[in-house]
Amino acid sequence: MTDVTFGYDRRRPVLRGINMAIPRGKVVAIMGGSGCGKTTMLRLIGGQLRQQTGKVLVDGQSVKDLSRDGLYALRRRVGMLFQFGALFTDMTVYENVAFPMREHTDLDDALIRDLVLMKLNAVGLRGAAQLRPAELSGGMARRVALARAIALDPMLVMYDEPFAGLDPISLGVVGQLIRTLNDALGITSVVVTHDVYESLKMVDYLYFVSEGRIISQGTPEEVRNSTDPFVRQFVDGQPDGPVPFHYPARPYAEELAVRAR
Amino acid sequence: MPASTLARGVRRIGAGTIRAVSRAGFATRFFLLVLRHSPSAFHRLQLTAREIYFAGVLSLVVIMVSGLFVGMVLGLQGYDALNKYGAGDSLGIFVGLSLVRELGPVVAGLLFASRAGSAITAEIGLMKTTEQLSAMEMMAVDPLARIVAPRFWGGVISMPLLAALFSVMGVFGAYLVGVRLIGVDNGTFWGNMQAGIGFWPDVTNGIIKSLVFGIAVSLIAVFEGYDANPTAEGVSAATTRTVVGGSLAILALDFVLTVFMFRGLGSG
Repeated sequence: MTDVTFGYDRRRPVLRGINMAIPRGKVVAIMGGSGCGKTTMLRLIGGQLRQQTGKVLVDGQSVKDLSRDGLYALRRRVGMLFQFGALFTDMTVYENVAFPMREHTDLDDALIRDLVLMKLNAVGLRGAAQLRPAELSGGMARRVALARAIALDPMLVMYDEPFAGLDPISLGVVGQLIRTLNDALGITSVVVTHDVYESLKMVDYLYFVSEGRIISQGTPEEVRNSTDPFVRQFVDGQPDGPVPFHYPARPYAEELAVRAR
Repeated sequence: MPASTLARGVRRIGAGTIRAVSRAGFATRFFLLVLRHSPSAFHRLQLTAREIYFAGVLSLVVIMVSGLFVGMVLGLQGYDALNKYGAGDSLGIFVGLSLVRELGPVVAGLLFASRAGSAITAEIGLMKTTEQLSAMEMMAVDPLARIVAPRFWGGVISMPLLAALFSVMGVFGAYLVGVRLIGVDNGTFWGNMQAGIGFWPDVTNGIIKSLVFGIAVSLIAVFEGYDANPTAEGVSAATTRTVVGGSLAILALDFVLTVFMFRGLGSG
């Protein structure tokens, strides 16, 4: 990503001049508060949104300039895990994982069955194949979605808030899975998250984003020792700091006085 | 003061018009896209068959029961009115014509909009809200081809069949009341109906009407679902718009179609 600027409308840019490199085979985390444009970056990489300026290159191809067919060909090699899994609720777990294979390959049912069970086994949910998404816990749903994301052996997997709303055990399981799958399958992973503690344990490199800019980056070691006030506030979870506690407002006293009259 | 109120009113009308026109344009483009993706809905028939089951088969009960009752009421009221002029024997043709030409397509269409149309909108809207459509797109599967087109065609195919069944049940209901209860002569009832209703134009026009209603309601249903705001209120508003918009579309289209289809018949 070089010099990427993006805004949903002209007046309020979400991303302002983002420069970011995601090396092959690594797990890279993009961190930042809610609403700072993290998910937007994933959507730019996946071609669901198009940046106003700058370039987004995936495997040497500029995503913005791809034709529809080219974009779909690229997406076949990219897996994405959505915030709450986004499993298809009208299918079983098995059918969810089989879905990309059925849509994009001519494999026969027996082979698909073996592949699906392998993917489910990798996330530890082979026994849940016949359950419906509504019967899964949050952590299980996330793992099924992970199995679906790696169904076609992608080169890149993007994770949108994989840790949001999980209990500590599921959190550890999902974090561990992201790391092991990345190394075992030789894929590249981009993890968008605000969970510092979990990310520091498993990623190779971190980017900190605030108000549409990258304000800090480094390896987990560098981040732990960082003195940057934003990184410190983020890592230590302090309520006030460079990111203010208060949403911009008129002075408190003034507002109360007006109301009192 | 009145001038500014006036200006505000004009502005609001203008903004509303622009919004309506741009939505209509968007809906038209959406319709064309759905048509372009339709071959895949027929290429993989089991997808469309599943939607015919959901939109059509599951609507059978409400359609058939309503048809039966509408027919029975028609039988009662129709006989009462006709008998005042000594035309009680014409009950068969009266009931048959009103069902096949009007009530079958229109009432079945209204029921279809509220039973199947709302379900389609809510389903697609919720899939959008829970990012399932987005996820599908990211898996390089076009939701228009995989989700929207089969539901659209499922509705279009189901609707004429449901309307026909509605009419059949209606005629049966009228027979129960007219012949069995009131005592209109059995042969007269069926004979009059057979003589008075032509396959062309009456039955075919009824089928054409129900097909047009099916296209309109299905398009509105998939469009509203696809266009819904991805929130709980958004989906609920979209579902309401499907039922209201679909019903109004049926009534308006019915008038237009009737004008064209049956205009010359009275004088001829």
